[in-house]
Amino acid sequence: MLIRRPPDLSTRDITDESLYLNRRAWLAAAGMVVSALPTSRLWAKTLSLGAPQDDKPTSYKDLTTYNNFYEFGTSKEQPAQNAGTLKTSPWTISVEGEVKKPAKYDFADLLKGLPTVGRTYRHRCVEGWSMVIPWNGIQLKDLVAKLEPTSNAKFIEFTTLMDEKQMPGQRSGVLPWPYVEGLRLDEAMHPLALIATGIYDKPLLNQNGAPLRLVTPWKYGFKGGKSIVRIRFLRTQPATTWNIQAPDEYGFYANVNPAVDHPRWSQARERRIGSLLKQATLPFNGYADQVASLYTGMDLRKNF
Amino acid sequence: MARPLAIVGGAVPGVLLVERFLRDDLGANPAEKLEHFTGTVALVTLLVCLTITPLRRLTHLNPLIRLRKPIGLWAFAYACMHFSCYLVFDQSLDLHEILHDIVKRPYITVGFSAFLILLSLALTSSTWSITKLGGRRWRGLHALIYLAGGLGVAHYLWSVKRDATVPDALGMILFVLLGLRFWRRPNVAQRQTNLSGS
Repeated sequence: MLIRRPPDLSTRDITDESLYLNRRAWLAAAGMVVSALPTSRLWAKTLSLGAPQDDKPTSYKDLTTYNNFYEFGTSKEQPAQNAGTLKTSPWTISVEGEVKKPAKYDFADLLKGLPTVGRTYRHRCVEGWSMVIPWNGIQLKDLVAKLEPTSNAKFIEFTTLMDEKQMPGQRSGVLPWPYVEGLRLDEAMHPLALIATGIYDKPLLNQNGAPLRLVTPWKYGFKGGKSIVRIRFLRTQPATTWNIQAPDEYGFYANVNPAVDHPRWSQARERRIGSLLKQATLPFNGYADQVASLYTGMDLRKNF
Repeated sequence: MARPLAIVGGAVPGVLLVERFLRDDLGANPAEKLEHFTGTVALVTLLVCLTITPLRRLTHLNPLIRLRKPIGLWAFAYACMHFSCYLVFDQSLDLHEILHDIVKRPYITVGFSAFLILLSLALTSSTWSITKLGGRRWRGLHALIYLAGGLGVAHYLWSVKRDATVPDALGMILFVLLGLRFWRRPNVAQRQTNLSGS
């Protein structure tokens, strides 16, 4: 039997043409708003909701405008704004302590004859953010070999330039100046440890620690002393800046360790620059296979 | 005139922030910038709110009191944005992690407590609430804004790595505002003697 039904659509349901056209205008406007949203890279990474990011190098712009270098101010932007006062040429490095020939070297002479390397490393800041940096430089072990430490040398210490005129941030007492960092000698001899002189095949910019800085990718970023003017070989562990400042918060070793929290905040996760959300932090910043053996038998909770 | 200005004006920092976000002008770490900026604006707005009463006493401009509610509500609005940044950007809305963090980390505990205070003040900000609670009880509850300010400053101080210039300054301002409040409490009896004496 045929059942008569009223038509599915009444005239009421048909959109008036003017409204229909209006909707097009709306869609166009919405499209404009969406296209005005920040670069797709940010959203693409964000939408992956905290999944581990690929280790694609961080943009040169981000690497050179988001820096911790208190000698030029305590905000992330200040080093890029203020580091112009640093004069990196000529640059002299004093080599002292338990070494066969203590001497002052010109920066270029010091590097002469040492093979240059390019290394892309993850960089994890103790504050909970991270980057991926394509470094250029030399292996620290090659430099140590060239400087010929004596058999008494057990530690190596790196001192940053101290000069209020060139580094205006040193006028504030925010840290005890000059900035000092150090490694155990066997850590310094590890093939991952680098003296960086460049990023993205360009010479280091001042805000990144020109003309030379330490890079130890399995440790928190603050271990990487910048704009180094003195290298000292020592029998005993050197006093290092953040460790002096807050011994309960920053250890001498400062190996990246998601299981050992900073006393005030968690170290389990990190925000990769370029992403809005956080991802898991890896033990030794993902370099455990290479470096964990350096610390066999050590209590990493105590030696944080 | 001033009241609509306060109602609209409170949106300005937020609008500017969103505009910069949409232009991708918040630097290498926009999540951190959004979180820090909204937190600082919340605390500063709270302090601005606390200047209303001393200012009113100083200038005898009684209508100033009408600015207190919109400014206070803006402080709460920015606290909400700040807390949302934390929930989304820092914790990816992981409820288990969030509860753990609030219990375990003193600076989060303190910040969360300040947020709860502001929440209860915002919920009781209507005239209806004043009549319902009674003036005395309502005033007692809303005096907690000073506690929220103190907790906010502690939260800020505790979260910075080393440079505490800004939270120190905000703490100092809060201290002065609190002092002003106690320094000259309008005493009805005293005021009457003054009146009869003149």
